[in-house]
Amino acid sequence: MFPLSSTETTAEVRDDVRAAALAEVTGALGDAVRDSLLKPGDDIWVRVDATAWRTTVETLKSLGYGYFCFLSAIDWMPSPYGKGEDDPTEPAVERDMTIRQGYAGGESRFQVFARFVKPCETVGVTIKTDVPESMSVPSISAVFAGANWHERETHEMFGISFDGHPDLRNMYLPTDFEGHPLRKDFPLLARMVKPWPGIVDVEPLPGEDSNGEDDAS
Amino acid sequence: MTMLGDRQQLSYIAAQAADARVNVELETEGMTLNIGPQHPATHGTLRIVARLDGEQVVWAEPVAGYMHRGYEKLTEVRTFPQVTALINRIDWLGSFANEVPFILAAEKLMGVEAPPRAQHIRTILFELSRIANVSLFLGDLGVQLGAVTPVFFAFRDREYVLNLIEAATGGRFHPNFDRIGGLKDDLPAGFIDETRTVMVKLRRFCDEIESLLFGNEIFQSRTRGVGVIPRDVALSYGLSGANLRASGVEWDLRRDQDLPMAWNKADWKVWTHPDGDSFARCWVRLQEVRESTKIVDQLLDTIPAGPVMTKVPKIIKVPEGEAWVSTENPLGEMGYYVVSKGDLGPFRVKIRSASFNNISIVPWVLRGVYVPDIITILASLYFILGDIDR
Repeated sequence: MFPLSSTETTAEVRDDVRAAALAEVTGALGDAVRDSLLKPGDDIWVRVDATAWRTTVETLKSLGYGYFCFLSAIDWMPSPYGKGEDDPTEPAVERDMTIRQGYAGGESRFQVFARFVKPCETVGVTIKTDVPESMSVPSISAVFAGANWHERETHEMFGISFDGHPDLRNMYLPTDFEGHPLRKDFPLLARMVKPWPGIVDVEPLPGEDSNGEDDAS
Repeated sequence: MTMLGDRQQLSYIAAQAADARVNVELETEGMTLNIGPQHPATHGTLRIVARLDGEQVVWAEPVAGYMHRGYEKLTEVRTFPQVTALINRIDWLGSFANEVPFILAAEKLMGVEAPPRAQHIRTILFELSRIANVSLFLGDLGVQLGAVTPVFFAFRDREYVLNLIEAATGGRFHPNFDRIGGLKDDLPAGFIDETRTVMVKLRRFCDEIESLLFGNEIFQSRTRGVGVIPRDVALSYGLSGANLRASGVEWDLRRDQDLPMAWNKADWKVWTHPDGDSFARCWVRLQEVRESTKIVDQLLDTIPAGPVMTKVPKIIKVPEGEAWVSTENPLGEMGYYVVSKGDLGPFRVKIRSASFNNISIVPWVLRGVYVPDIITILASLYFILGDIDR
């Protein structure tokens, strides 16, 4: 049995349904689980090994998570362009570029995540996996047919390819488009060709120095 | 009797030869039919490429992306309150319903909850946008089948609902009314009485549509047994909303999910249909409009007193974390996976829109159907282009 290391089950909030679901999922997946997280009354996150991505999904399907909700990816690198609000006449801003992954941890810059739900019971699980250096993850479109389009979208937006996908054509972008728009280092051109008109608003408002915690009453 | 002239003989032979050629050519010839991107039956700029064998579709492939606006990227350079103005434009017929799951996700991360009065009014506006959205579907359904009258009824009665939404929010199409921690404003005077009258009109509209369309023999023969989607296929493609319930899955996120909304304070029914065909999908939607009018009527009676806005900071910073919230929108399950790094704006927003999954089943469901059924099946799956392309 995998130790539920980062599972927080506080005394006041208990969620027996999700705790049982998490124990069932991690038990069935065994060694493939890298980390997991349970937020009572909220959701379950399980991070698995990239090589076990497809078997994870097959296991979930056999456990009754028969409804495919979505699949996508996250680029955890902070954007070198910030919010695109920099004044071009000022010197470049120093930004903290350390990569910090979210719930259930991680080791890589890119993570693929997907969500599966037990229909009618509305117990869902969000699974994540680290994308290896090869930028390739096994395709799950043979297990859940609906993942086909989501993988195509993720491929064009993040440049992550899916092994065994029948047809990774672009969905939205022209075929000769270069770059992957949802990567953080892909600049949002609208903010590059013309300075952000809201720059003046970034000046501290009166009373903002107390880090914005004053209540609107 | 005169002999045939040389010319006549030659033309006779040429005709015979042409006939023979035609007979040969008729034997096998596939054809590619291109529908859209500007075909009126596609509700926007969806293109369908279908390979035909005679009148039958061998394979069909939807081509989306003519209206991709890149909202997932744009949210990364917006603050949390600014995002609602963008996501209003996803499903533009039921705009208010788009805002709710995002605001709920932000509230979940911040640990705030809207006051009961705001939750109630949110639910009422949510159901009103469902009625505005689905009533247009019911009218449009007739047009797809060649009946023009229902769409006039639909536009007439949807106007009443849009007037209500305008009265409450100031915007007919893009309310941008939902705020983190509550609502922008309270309901205007006279809204409750007016809504009650409109709900009666809408129920009458449902009866009209039912007798005009659903009882019509042509409508039934065009939709019954056409485009059947079995339960397991629907689930594996991630179909949701009425499309899933028409395949016999009794699952409604309004009822089965614990959200700070007021659906559980009303008494209503989740309709399903065992057939999974085009007729079932249309029929389930008709019943849902009726149920929505019932929900609105009951909630109007029980609006609690109190503020519509809880205390939130003037400058909203959302704590670090990840949240997933989805609601049962007019088109199906719509959800937002919001990742925050503790800044003014989201780090990443994954928009899970219903039509994207609902349309991904098109290659499967169109295989083997006849050409006229393409239009009825697409109409019954019901999609909004902004909801596919985002």
